[in-house]
Amino acid sequence: MAVDTDTLETVQSVAGTGYKWGFETDIEMDLAPKGLSEDTIRLISARKGEPEWLLAWRLKAYASWLAMGEEPSWARVEHAPIDYQDLHYYAAPKKKPGLKSLDEVDPELLRTYEKLGIPLRERAVLAGVEQAPANGRADIAIDAVFDSVSVATTFRETLSKSGVIFCPISEAVRDHPDLVRRYLGSVVPAGDNFFAALNSAVFTDGSFVFIPKGVRCPMELSTYFRINARNTGQFERTLIIVEEGSYVSYLEGCTAPMRDENQLHAAVVELVALDDAQIKYSTVQNWYPGDAEGRGGIYNFVTKRGACRGARSKISWTQVETGSAITWKYPSCILQGDDSVGEFYSVAVTTNRQQADTGTKMIHIGKNTKSTIVSKGISAGRSNNTYRGLVKILPKAAGARNHTQCDSLLIGDRCGAHTVPYIESRNPTAKVEHEATTSKIAEDQLFYCRSRGLTEEDAVNLIVNGFCKEVLQELPMEFAVEAQKLLAVSLEGSVG
Amino acid sequence: MLYINGLRAAIDGREILKGINLTVPTGEVHAIMGPNGSGKSTLSYVLSGREDYAVTAGTVTLDGRDLLAMEPEARAAAGVFLAFQYPVELPGVGNANFLRTALNAIRRTRGESELDAVQFLKLARAAAKRLSMPDDMLKRNVNVGFSGGEKKRNEILQMAVLKPKLAVLDETDSGLDIDALRIVADGVNAQRGPDFSALVITHYQRLLDYIVPDRVHVLMDGRIVRSGGPELAHELEASGYAGLAEAA
Repeated sequence: MAVDTDTLETVQSVAGTGYKWGFETDIEMDLAPKGLSEDTIRLISARKGEPEWLLAWRLKAYASWLAMGEEPSWARVEHAPIDYQDLHYYAAPKKKPGLKSLDEVDPELLRTYEKLGIPLRERAVLAGVEQAPANGRADIAIDAVFDSVSVATTFRETLSKSGVIFCPISEAVRDHPDLVRRYLGSVVPAGDNFFAALNSAVFTDGSFVFIPKGVRCPMELSTYFRINARNTGQFERTLIIVEEGSYVSYLEGCTAPMRDENQLHAAVVELVALDDAQIKYSTVQNWYPGDAEGRGGIYNFVTKRGACRGARSKISWTQVETGSAITWKYPSCILQGDDSVGEFYSVAVTTNRQQADTGTKMIHIGKNTKSTIVSKGISAGRSNNTYRGLVKILPKAAGARNHTQCDSLLIGDRCGAHTVPYIESRNPTAKVEHEATTSKIAEDQLFYCRSRGLTEEDAVNLIVNGFCKEVLQELPMEFAVEAQKLLAVSLEGSVG
Repeated sequence: MLYINGLRAAIDGREILKGINLTVPTGEVHAIMGPNGSGKSTLSYVLSGREDYAVTAGTVTLDGRDLLAMEPEARAAAGVFLAFQYPVELPGVGNANFLRTALNAIRRTRGESELDAVQFLKLARAAAKRLSMPDDMLKRNVNVGFSGGEKKRNEILQMAVLKPKLAVLDETDSGLDIDALRIVADGVNAQRGPDFSALVITHYQRLLDYIVPDRVHVLMDGRIVRSGGPELAHELEASGYAGLAEAA
């Protein structure tokens, strides 16, 4: 499990009120000079010892980014222009990563992750060195990405016994170049959109997962992203390939220090599922959201897409989005294989001045493809929360089905909830259903709970958790517990 | 003992309660009867601390503690329970989870240990059984899709689990058929004892055939205009509130 609740509470008490993960690690960094140019890209590529083809791919992406010129403007978000020349595009802790064992990781980094509740150690349960976890929870392999680099990946040996590859993507480029070359950019092309092109040009690290044919990954895999350095952008890239008949459950978590200026996080995640493969991808996004007046916070501009290439394959996205000043993200599924299934379960919480424009795209290409969308938006304070979704049925997708349910919950009367569904059906046998509701936490509900002995905050939590139940129950159990706590912390003080 | 002295309360600047004096000794069940608009529901909300109502004068104490100074949740911990006339729906919130959260919140405030899921379910199932409620009622979402009668029974179930010192039943009989009425009344009667008192607010005498009160008070236009024994309810049934208004 990613975040141990005791540790979580310790972190909360350390950081005081508000955002509880906002501390900064004082560590010597190797920073690329500010600014973006071909030279910057060459520098990143050189630092990582990349092959020529990848540098060429990056430069091509950079050219298409330059050609696009400006950020997409269709989302319901507002921000001051981003000065792309005022950022560091590479920031790595000075001690060289790419270590053989955890013993070599800078103790300061280990302490950082410990403080975040992500112990970067492999519990030696079998050897009897440590007691088995009290609540019987399973081990989880973790890849820890700190600014631009992966600092540690746990349980790699255990995983490799079943043929599973779980490593930083920069390492995969070196050790498994054929796989990377074959799949990188195959789901999200380098020139897909402004932020994907930027990412393709300057991505630094991220996780690589490969599950060979017929393997059920023996443990949950997870990546924990941490932004630490000032004035840097984090551009991580994740690539997950699951071969025929295989299964993986992958979790991702993220935090950042509290700062007055905004920081850019533009990630790309690509998933590929072959015949009968299943990928369950869960995110708990808790980047620093900025303060009550909207100062600071992360701009989370992310492209996530999964390709159900094989027949009967399934990709399921579950996200709990509580952080970031601005969230712009649409985890999507391309349902290419016949009978493939795409799912999107989302809880997006915005408070204070946060803005979220999030949703999904389900592209039905194959026959009898099915998709399910359940989106729960919670707005409080003076925030704006938009669901934006596309369900597209192509002419050959006979018998395609979609069910979409979008619910919005408003807390207070100065926030906004918006639902923007797009439906394009080009096959007469397809069935597409859309349901949407908007409700307010009623005084009645709060009073009812309080008259039974619950405090106002407990009452809000109970009502919010009830509202999100369908989504939270899709998360792996321990992650769900963490998500519930996170919802509680995010909405603290939002009523009254 | 519940002690209400000179209680005045208003909503949106309109005075509804115009000086209520009422004492309910511990162990007794009192009925409040009155026509629509006499202030019955206002009284129940003011006792449980609903914020929309402004108390302009008077005092309310339960066993010597000043209820009016407390938040609704503190009143619950002090032993006040309101059975709502219109129980509220909480989508996605399981009935058992809701009730356990409430019970543990109250126990925490009182410095008692919290009940785990197993201990709680044992207690809740036993209470449900006494109220002829199927177990699955505990699994369903709070009041969502419940019939009128089920909602009222659910209120009584909550009361049975939370074990208040003072229960205020706000027109719990409204919308109940005779069988449901009997079950609800049995639930209330089961709580009766030296440590329990209740204020049964009702429009009709019918409920009082099943929950026989120690005292009956008639509330009209924000004041208690008459008090008496259980026979007062029968008298009202015969003469109506109008006759009483003339007498008063």
